[in-house]
Amino acid sequence: MTAASGPRRGTARLLVVGDEGRIVHGVAPDLPRLVRAGDVVVANDAATLPASLAGEHEPTAAAIEVRLAGRRSLAWPRVRRFVAVVFGAGDHRTPTEERPLPPLLRVGDRLRLGPLVAIVERILGHPRLIELAFEGSLAHVWSGLARHGRPIQYAHVPQPLALWSTWTRLASVPVAFEPPSAGFVLDWATVQRLRDRGAALVTLTHAAGISSTGDAALDTRLPLDEPYRIPAATAARIDAARVAGGRVIAIGTTVVRALEHAALPHGRVRAGDGIATGRIGAGTPLRVADVIVSGTHEAGTSHYELLRAFQDDDTLAAMARQLEAHHYQTHEFGDFVWLAAARRVPVIAACG
Amino acid sequence: MTHSLLHGRRVAITGGTSGLGLALVRELHHRGAAVAFVARTADRVRAVAADVDGTCGIVGDVSRKEDIYPIAMQITAALGGLDVLVNNASSLGPVPLVPLADTDCEDFEAALATNVVGPFRLTKALLGALAASAREARAPLIVGISSDAAETPYPNWGAYGASKAALRHLTRIWREELVGLGIDAVAVDPGDMDTPLHALAVPDADRDALKRPADAAIEIADLIEARVRSVAGGRARAAGAAVAP
Repeated sequence: MTAASGPRRGTARLLVVGDEGRIVHGVAPDLPRLVRAGDVVVANDAATLPASLAGEHEPTAAAIEVRLAGRRSLAWPRVRRFVAVVFGAGDHRTPTEERPLPPLLRVGDRLRLGPLVAIVERILGHPRLIELAFEGSLAHVWSGLARHGRPIQYAHVPQPLALWSTWTRLASVPVAFEPPSAGFVLDWATVQRLRDRGAALVTLTHAAGISSTGDAALDTRLPLDEPYRIPAATAARIDAARVAGGRVIAIGTTVVRALEHAALPHGRVRAGDGIATGRIGAGTPLRVADVIVSGTHEAGTSHYELLRAFQDDDTLAAMARQLEAHHYQTHEFGDFVWLAAARRVPVIAACG
Repeated sequence: MTHSLLHGRRVAITGGTSGLGLALVRELHHRGAAVAFVARTADRVRAVAADVDGTCGIVGDVSRKEDIYPIAMQITAALGGLDVLVNNASSLGPVPLVPLADTDCEDFEAALATNVVGPFRLTKALLGALAASAREARAPLIVGISSDAAETPYPNWGAYGASKAALRHLTRIWREELVGLGIDAVAVDPGDMDTPLHALAVPDADRDALKRPADAAIEIADLIEARVRSVAGGRARAAGAAVAP
C-alpha cells in the first residue's frame, strides 16, 4: 500500500464490513447512504497542533526533535505542560525506528525549541519519554508553537506537511497531536447529506496522541492517556438516539475510546471531561459504539487492536485481504473502512 | 443589562489594532466578550493587548496563505473555541487612490488578498470551531466589514470597491450555505469613519463630518447581541412549544 500526502476526501475509498461480516467496496461519498434516519454520527473535532519542534538540548548542545504527545487535561489555561517523545538529531524523513536516542535527559534540563524554551519536568520511565513545561506567557507559547512547530509526520510522506492538510473539516480547538484522521472522511457536503438522511452529527473533543514512536518498548505504552471532553448536547443526542433504536457511528478510534470510557451502565454517556486510559481490544465489550469508521490500520498497531472489539479476527483478516487485494491506501491520508460491531451488550432503555 | 448578552462570547477580530477593529476590540471587551485580535505589526499587537487588558493579541497577516492556520490555531487556543468572527482587516489597494486604468495589477491583487481571499481562508479554517459553537447553541456569527464602495461604483476606488463587493457577496453566500449548520453571516457597512484607512484614501476629508469608529463599534456590538438574543428566543420558543403542545 502507498501513502498519500494530504486528505483525499471525495476520492477516498470506503470498505464496508456489515454486522454479519459481509464486505462491500465503496467510496467515501457513500457514507451517508450507509446511515439511517435516527442514527447519530460522532466525530472528534480536535484540530491538530504543529507538535514537532526541532531544537537543541541546552546542556549538551545536541540537536533534538521534540514531539508533543499528550496532555493531562483539556482545561484551557493548563497548556504549558505536555508529555513528549524526544528524538536525537534528524527529522521525519528517517524512519522513527532508526532515529537515534536523544542525549541523556535529566529533570531540570532546558530544551531550546526555536523561540520556545521548555524545561524537562519528569522522565517517564523511558529515555525518550518526558513531561515538559514551556516557559513564558500562554500567548508566547501558542505563538511559538504556531511559528516554529511542524505537524508530526512519518517517513512514508517525505515532503513537509502543511498544517492545513492535518486539520479535518470539523477541526475546532487545537488539542490533537496527530490528526484524528478518520475525520477526513467528512466534508461539509457529506455532513449536509447525513442531515438530509435524518441522522445527527455531533462531536466530542479528544486529544488524539501520537500513533507511533518507532520504539518497540514505548509503542506498547500507546495510546497514552488522552483527555477528552464530551459536550452535554452530544451526550444527550447519543442517549436519545440509542433509546429510539438509532445506531452510534463513531468516526475514528479516538471517538470510540472517549465514548467507551465515558460509558455508564446501560450504555448512557457521561458528559464532561475525562481521561481515556487503557486499551480497547478483542474482548472489550462495546457499550456505546455500534459502528466505527476508521482508516485502514495495519495489524499490530493499537488502532488495529481497537478494531478487534468490533469484529472477530477471521472477519478482520478477510477485511485485510480485501484491502490488500484492491490496493486500498493506508496511513493518515488513506482510504477508510466502515466496520459494524458484530455483537453488542444490549441497551436497556428504561433505566430510571 | 444588555451588556450581559455578550459576556463570555468568544470573538475574533482581524485588523484589531487600528480604526474600527481597535474600536471593536475595546467595545466587545467592555461588554464582557472574550476577545482575540489579529494584526500584522508585533509592536502594535503588544501595545493593544497591554492596553485592553485580558484580550489576546495575535501577530499575523490574513493576506498571507501561510499565516491563516497559525492564526486560526492561536484564536481557538486562546478562546477555547469561537463564536463570532469579524473579518475587518482591509486594504485600500493603491495609495493614493488612482483610476482602475492606472492601478497596478499587484495592488489590485493585494486588495483582493486582504479583503476577500484572506477572509475566505480564515473563515474556512474556523468553520469547524463555528459549527461546534452552533451545536452548543452559542449563536455563531460571521461578520464581514463592508463599505458603501461595495455598492456604489466610486471612481478611483476600484481595487477597494471591487474587493469589498466580493467580500459582501462572499458573506451572503456563506449565510445561505451555513444556515443549515446554525451559523449566521452578515455583511455590515459601518459608514464613512474617521480611521487611518480613510485618511489614506481621502487625506483632506473633514474629519468632524466622519463617524467615530467607537460609534460604529457600538452598532456592530448591538448587532451581535441581537443575534444572540434571537437565537436564545428561538430556543425558548422551541422549548415552550415542546412542553405546551
